[in-house]
Amino acid sequence: MLPLVLSYLPAQGGYVPPTIDDAHPPDIIPWMAEYGTGFGKQMVMIVLSIILIWAFFGIAMRKPSLVPGRVQWVAESGYAFVRNGIGRDIIGEKNFRQWVPLLFATFFFVLLNNLFGAIPVLQLPSFSHSGAAYALAIIMYIIWIGVGLRHHGIKYFKLAVVPKGVPSWILPLLVPLEIISNFIVRPLTHSLRLMATMLAGHMIIMLAGSGADYLITQTDSIFNAGLGIMVIIGSVALYFLELLIMVLQAFVFTLLTSLYIQGAIAAND
Amino acid sequence: MINSMMIMAAAEAEEQANPLIPYIWEIVVTSVGFLVLMFIVIKFIVPAMEKSYVERRDAIEGGLERAQAAQAEAAQLKNNYEQLLQEARTEASQIREQARTEAAQIVAEARQNASAEASRISEQASVQIAAERQQAVSALHTEVGTLATSLASKIVGEALNDDARSQRVVDRFLADLEQEQASTTSAGATE
Repeated sequence: MLPLVLSYLPAQGGYVPPTIDDAHPPDIIPWMAEYGTGFGKQMVMIVLSIILIWAFFGIAMRKPSLVPGRVQWVAESGYAFVRNGIGRDIIGEKNFRQWVPLLFATFFFVLLNNLFGAIPVLQLPSFSHSGAAYALAIIMYIIWIGVGLRHHGIKYFKLAVVPKGVPSWILPLLVPLEIISNFIVRPLTHSLRLMATMLAGHMIIMLAGSGADYLITQTDSIFNAGLGIMVIIGSVALYFLELLIMVLQAFVFTLLTSLYIQGAIAAND
Repeated sequence: MINSMMIMAAAEAEEQANPLIPYIWEIVVTSVGFLVLMFIVIKFIVPAMEKSYVERRDAIEGGLERAQAAQAEAAQLKNNYEQLLQEARTEASQIREQARTEAAQIVAEARQNASAEASRISEQASVQIAAERQQAVSALHTEVGTLATSLASKIVGEALNDDARSQRVVDRFLADLEQEQASTTSAGATE
């Protein structure tokens, strides 16, 4: 609907759509700015998310009682969701316990940083910056390869790329594909899936906001102002879609992490 | 490769940033931040959660176990009670049975005693009656003899001194009398 609206605008209107650059606000502290960056909004939010997670779960579990209060119940439900819903169901009863902290931290770290994109003022999903997504995916990449090596030794690389039960003549074709798929494409998709959805959602909200702003305040036509109000109404629906995607992507990222770990543990069967 | 991409990105920086090119410091901050979060989670959050979970499970399972124990105890008490009741019932019926037997025995004994007493009394009575009858018969013998002799003496007017003869007459008379009496008695009995 938006491009349609924009095409109606007078050519001399001078509407400047927001760009990727607008998703990277200027540095707050121009510290080491000569290296291309400083301490930006995104980094503040990463730190903020850690403090918030600590504070919330710390307060919720400060005086745990057998019959939980509302806050404790929410905290425990969230924990149980990751522990049982992702950890135990994917990794399995035998090995999941030691991975609960990692999955728990991953899920709530990603979830909170995604939800920052839906909170006014903050309004920036941290993982729409590729650096954050790469960082997390690299950590998971190192972890699941480490798990494979610990469980199977150096043989793990063979187990990971040579599928069982396929005729040997197809292996020369299949092994390079498996190498590419498991060791190159997997971390990329793991990070880019998160980054791209967050960035796209952020851009859509930004575009809708700036478009509506332009239509209502920068043009004199009542018709355009009406269109701007419709854009705002439409963007509310988009906002809720974004909320859904934010939660979903946090879940997907954690689920994939647990799947990769499970695959590394059970590489030999 | 990343370097060349960054150079390219820097060259294009005036125009538009490539969203795929990361800022190194964001990688650093996110990685360090995540590791700090992991530390916090491992050190504080997960132990608290697991502790609460274990405590709750213990409480619930303990409660269940206590409830089961109480139930088992109740069941045992009920069993005991029922057993006692059963025993009491058996005992009561035994006592009833015994009482009934005793009563029957007492009644039988009393009946036996009574009938023995009755037969003893009737026997005694019949013996006495027989003796009295005998006595009466012998008394009658003498008296009837004397009366008849004196009556006959007076009527005949002669001394019937011959005692032996008179005695014979009397005896014959009595025998006739007895015979007659016996025949009327038997006729009465047959009647």
